[in-house]
Amino acid sequence: MSRFVLLGDEAIGQGALDAGLSGVYAYPGTPSTEITEYIQKSKEAQERKVHSQWSANEKTAMEAGLGMSYAGKRALVCMKHVGLNVAADAFINAGMTGVNGGLVVVVADDPSMHSSQNEQDSRFYGKFSMVPVLEPSTQQEAYEMTRYGFDLSEKYALPVMLRITTRLAHSRSSVERTANREENPVKLPSDLKQFILLPSIARKRYKMLLSTQEKLEQEGGNSGLNRMEEGKDTSIGVIACGLAYNYYQEVAGTAGMDHPVLKISQYPVPAALLNQFVKKVDRVLVLEEGAPILEESLVGVLENSHRISGRLNGVLPRDGELSPLLVKQALGIPVEPTREVPEIVKNRPPALCKGCGHIDMYNALTEALESYEPGRVFSDIGCYTLGALPPYNAINSCVDMGASITMAKGASDAGLHPAVAVIGDSTFTHSGMTGLLDAVVEETPITIIISDNSTTGMTGGQQSHATNRLLEICKGLGVEEEHIRVMNPLRKHHEENRIIISDELEYHGVSVIIAQRKCIQTASKKVKSL
Amino acid sequence: MKRDIILAGVGGQGILSIAAVIGMAAVESGLYLKQAEVHGMSQRGGAVQSHLRISDSPISSDLIPEGSCDMILSVEPMEALRYLPFLAKDGWVVTSSKTFENIDDYPPQDALLKEIRKLKNHIILDAFAIAREIGSQKVSNMVMLGAASDYLGLTRESLEGALDTLFSRKGADVVELNIKALKAGKNGVII
Repeated sequence: MSRFVLLGDEAIGQGALDAGLSGVYAYPGTPSTEITEYIQKSKEAQERKVHSQWSANEKTAMEAGLGMSYAGKRALVCMKHVGLNVAADAFINAGMTGVNGGLVVVVADDPSMHSSQNEQDSRFYGKFSMVPVLEPSTQQEAYEMTRYGFDLSEKYALPVMLRITTRLAHSRSSVERTANREENPVKLPSDLKQFILLPSIARKRYKMLLSTQEKLEQEGGNSGLNRMEEGKDTSIGVIACGLAYNYYQEVAGTAGMDHPVLKISQYPVPAALLNQFVKKVDRVLVLEEGAPILEESLVGVLENSHRISGRLNGVLPRDGELSPLLVKQALGIPVEPTREVPEIVKNRPPALCKGCGHIDMYNALTEALESYEPGRVFSDIGCYTLGALPPYNAINSCVDMGASITMAKGASDAGLHPAVAVIGDSTFTHSGMTGLLDAVVEETPITIIISDNSTTGMTGGQQSHATNRLLEICKGLGVEEEHIRVMNPLRKHHEENRIIISDELEYHGVSVIIAQRKCIQTASKKVKSL
Repeated sequence: MKRDIILAGVGGQGILSIAAVIGMAAVESGLYLKQAEVHGMSQRGGAVQSHLRISDSPISSDLIPEGSCDMILSVEPMEALRYLPFLAKDGWVVTSSKTFENIDDYPPQDALLKEIRKLKNHIILDAFAIAREIGSQKVSNMVMLGAASDYLGLTRESLEGALDTLFSRKGADVVELNIKALKAGKNGVII
């Protein structure tokens, strides 16, 4: 069959299409965005009319995916790790309902926080919801495990999580495709009460989920995805999860090492397999990209677990991505000193683009706030978070999608006035609207600036659900019309914009200022494609 | 045959296009490829890098180990220096002299070039000027690829073939301009 050079993300998209996918549901988030974009651009997907439109947020995506599964078809849901926090209610309960058509949930973690606010490990959620988790090491495995994930999902009637990390998501290699599978027909669940989680039914479902665990463990022993590789030097045995396997291979290849290896790519991992492996070797080094989840389960709390090394005993750092160098050090291989970065090299952090509308919005806001004590601007997740950096130093918080409005509300309830929220258009429709409703209901004095660039900017300019709808949404949620103000964030309108903001800061009620100017990145892309 | 290359630059300078050309040429030549990119936040004017590995045998790690990179190919002089811990003892630094100054404490260009010249194996050329001369500063990145092309272990035909495949959608003149840039970089005056 044909070979393609694909990003890990793209390999998952192709794997899903070849597995008979009928719909992908997602909200953009680095490093997961390219999975959905790949399917959106695929001619094959277009011809087959595979659903691929963006969802408002990860929770709506997860629920829509579950709905497609209910109707018997195969659905893929994609998100970044923190997106799973948003989708968690639906995700955990999908483990309870189980599925009908295959449902694979791809979660892309971001250890080292290249583009994220934390480095939580999504395998934890897999364990929490008791559904199988697959963790590929290579682009080819990403392709194959996506396909296997759908089969596994249908075999046990459970959602399956496919967990990847940044390096695999955004690294390219050649991938070999296998034959296409037909899409499923619409076919409702044989038990039409399966998805009704009333306590009486939920209790039965939970017992079923618990009783499936043993089979899932066996599956993890039989699938071939957790495999033992012999090695002559049994002084150390290496348990390598997902991507970490590559680093061990790289280091062992160069150093001529030959330790027994247990490659882990499927959870739950059979306890028998772990015991069998550990018995063979003197010491165990656990390599995990993310949190020491497997290591913790091996170490437990008992004192005789000194044979286990990894992130918990300091042989590897507790945080951040792994690398060939870290694995080399953990194996005790001497590391030659390398060149240092010359002192002359300065940091070059990301910055707002030249000519970006967020800049003019912040300039007007900062000036309007000059007469107040600093520390009253709650912001959110998006390009405008870069307003935290010099020369702007314009914001005081960035926590999670939508938190700007609700944190401003809480601070206002505590007596802070004015309290300002700065949120992007796409973030607003992702998770800001409900917070605004809270404020409207209580007439909380806050000033909300929706910095509307009519796109999802930071992730590369995906369609924003808010485009052309913001005014109506704010009105519909009950914001008084005279306190919904629209401004054009351009330098030439600076003075009038500052006055608009100053006026609304003084108002003791909910006001929304929509600062509306197209993202210059997406605007220039449009010009180029004309 | 094995080449580990770090491509360096600032978000928006086109290092992913260089990666795409080398990657396609390598795969078409029957070689294995792994190429790790940076997407997301850093692309907004921050320092970006791509680890590009090509080899005639399978490649394990997506990341190049420290101290083992054969070449740092950079479209910006300060960015060329940022990844020195990765460079092998006898590795090459191939960089454009043209600075991209979007931070307040950007160092003087002379001092940067002096630092680069301390390395045994280096090639510095003004890709920007060369690109402008042949018609468009937009192809500075392909000028740099041209400057590095003798050290990549790939044939000129395979690189030009990759340019053709990647840019033919944009028209024959775009392909031609990029091939011209490749040649100009290969023959470019080293400064």
